[in-house]
Amino acid sequence: MEEFIVWVVWILAALSLLTSGIAVVLFQNPFYSALALIGNLASLAVLYLLLAAEFVAAAQVLVYAGAVVVMFLFVIAYLGGRADAPWAGKPSLQSLAAVVAAAAIAVEIVVVVALKAGDQLSTPARIEDGFGSPAEIGHLFLGDHLLAFEVTSIVLLVAAVGGVILGSAVPKEKRS
Amino acid sequence: MPGPGVAAYLILSVILFATGAFGVLIRRSPLIVLLALEIMLNAGNLALIAFARQTGTGSGQIFALTVMVVAAAEAVVGLGLIVAVSRRRVDLDVDKLTTLHG
Repeated sequence: MEEFIVWVVWILAALSLLTSGIAVVLFQNPFYSALALIGNLASLAVLYLLLAAEFVAAAQVLVYAGAVVVMFLFVIAYLGGRADAPWAGKPSLQSLAAVVAAAAIAVEIVVVVALKAGDQLSTPARIEDGFGSPAEIGHLFLGDHLLAFEVTSIVLLVAAVGGVILGSAVPKEKRS
Repeated sequence: MPGPGVAAYLILSVILFATGAFGVLIRRSPLIVLLALEIMLNAGNLALIAFARQTGTGSGQIFALTVMVVAAAEAVVGLGLIVAVSRRRVDLDVDKLTTLHG
């Protein structure tokens, strides 16, 4: 019974993941694209839960759907919803090349992963109950991966300062 | 592990990554290019977490969290650049933004 429920949840999450991903790319209005991205991130969080990554799923909803997408929405509201429609009119050489390049990337990844790890993917490892819990993530972050944790704070600081500088600089011709 | 195996998650991640790459290549609005970039980063995250579940080690999840931080930083800088460009009354079109000159 548990098996069946997990399959149903997985299929629903996968369908919504792929359709919302395609919607982000195809919507003409960037506002709708950003809203579709919320659905994309939420269905990813469901998949993370199925993969026993509770903390990452919570961070995904809070940080991505909560903070990053809201920032996108603010900027889109500030700039207006103008956008392009690359598929309008007859298909150009550029759009054909984009389809071919994206398909090539997908095929390459599948081939490389199947060659390198294809026979090791069948049986996942046994995990304990606390796997992916905030306690274990905290132990790993402040133990084995302390350097990454500290560097992360510097990256965030630099990004925040850069955002302020980029956002507050006024072009020279407007300064008086 | 009930439900589909890790390979199914990896296939999802590959399709999602290709969707994002297609969006980056075909769209001309830098805002939607950034959104498609977020999709690509998230596809990478899904693969990382699937492999973390496969090997039973938490390091993959740490890596995914770090990618999330980098994605947030990238969104801040990218959106800041877009706002700075739009202040100069330049069209928001990645085909027309061909020069960088302060």
